[in-house]
Amino acid sequence: MKEARRIVVTGLGVVSPVGSNVESAWKNLLAGHSGIRRIPKYVEQDYRCQLAAEVADLDMDKYLPPKEQQRMDSFCHYALAAAQQAMESSGLQVGTDIAPERIGTLVSSGIGGLTTSTYQSQRLGTLGSRMVSPLTVPEIIADMATGHIAIRFNLQGPNFGIVSACASGLHSIGEAAWIIQRGDADVMLAGGTEAGVTDLGQAAFGAMRALTSSHNDDPEHASRPFDATRDGFVPGAGAGVLVLEELTHAQKRGANILAEISGYGATCDAHHITAPVDDGSGAARAIRIALEHAELAPEAIGYVNAHGTSTPLNDLVETRALKLALGEHAYHTAISSTKSMTGHMLGAAGGFESVVCVQALCHGIAPGTMNLATPDPECDLDYLPNAARELPGLQHVLKLNMGFGGHNAAVVFSRF
Amino acid sequence: MADIQDITEKVKAIIVKQLAVNPDQVTPEARFIEDLNADSLDTVELVMEFEETFDLRISDDVVENMLTVGAAIDYIAKKLDEKAAAGTPEA
Repeated sequence: MKEARRIVVTGLGVVSPVGSNVESAWKNLLAGHSGIRRIPKYVEQDYRCQLAAEVADLDMDKYLPPKEQQRMDSFCHYALAAAQQAMESSGLQVGTDIAPERIGTLVSSGIGGLTTSTYQSQRLGTLGSRMVSPLTVPEIIADMATGHIAIRFNLQGPNFGIVSACASGLHSIGEAAWIIQRGDADVMLAGGTEAGVTDLGQAAFGAMRALTSSHNDDPEHASRPFDATRDGFVPGAGAGVLVLEELTHAQKRGANILAEISGYGATCDAHHITAPVDDGSGAARAIRIALEHAELAPEAIGYVNAHGTSTPLNDLVETRALKLALGEHAYHTAISSTKSMTGHMLGAAGGFESVVCVQALCHGIAPGTMNLATPDPECDLDYLPNAARELPGLQHVLKLNMGFGGHNAAVVFSRF
Repeated sequence: MADIQDITEKVKAIIVKQLAVNPDQVTPEARFIEDLNADSLDTVELVMEFEETFDLRISDDVVENMLTVGAAIDYIAKKLDEKAAAGTPEA
């Protein structure tokens, strides 16, 4: 990606369980504060996992009139709020700094409007076909987040969603960078959004034993990536959006350049519907491709923001993937999973965690992996246990996400 | 006879909630699209709420001509009267 057009990050926005603006979320992550709570309804109704990381401190009235709010599912709320923050922080004025046709959006959701889908299905069953809302389809379809963002900010360039489960957000950032690279746009809003805490999701992920059930009375310690006693993830909700911009375009308007996107790789395990391939080779290939694009040796990576879901299999396979791709350097780079605090924001994970990567580069510090108390002999890398760590001179950060379906995405962010 | 005041209040409440408008705007003369800023999906959803609240079936060709709040109230009152007349008289 280095040759030809270079892609930089000029704006950030987040909605998350640890805060719904970049500053508060970053502060909470560095302090090790968890956004995971016990949900009374899930206790009363005897859900297998009674914990969730719901969005914290989001006042949607700041972003949208009430009528608009009630015409969309919450995954669109989160996307719009994060997009507005990102636009404001970039200082970009559509129509002045850039023609509407030259700016696009790729903000994806892995699932779409599951709450709306469940509710309207219930109406269909109990009240009949004529009582299904005419807004059902636009509220459910996963591409509508990116559609709403375009309408809100008049962004007429490339616009669609990518569906790759928990890798959707990161694939979107990588692919949006390529859209700019090949010249189809000069600016892209990119990232992920997910209404990741829903009754159906909570029940269904629980049924497949993907969620933790051992810490229902101890929410803040439930998400334990890379810990030997980890037993599943905690669902999380939110969004993360980045403004990606072609370098000379950003420079001409005097934008504040936060980081560069220097590499991106996407692969598939082609192995199993939900389990990653045992040896981590699929994710390792994605990392290698991203490093090749960035023209970097593994030793250049100073921090890895891991997928680190806290499921027994993911964290083991991801550790193997890092060893395969980075070799001996896997033992020397800092690695952490912020999901220990945010839970697993599913399709939003790559968006939110990419914001974390950019913040780490800007501030020379990385959040830790909380709740890492009992070392797992097979997860033997430096996961920044239980505390943030200063990483002076940090130059290159690797972001990795893996999704059901065997999808792997890796992006390298570099200091500019 | 249908209780016009009761129907008006219920219709008004549905419109205020569904279209997120100020109750003062919901006058009998108010036009759904021009005055209350409804789009085609809103009008379908409004009719659905009317049907559910008043236990009525409102056909699509009627909906096309139901352009104001007053027209909706009148139509609902008429349908409720017809329904009452067709129902079993009390012994």
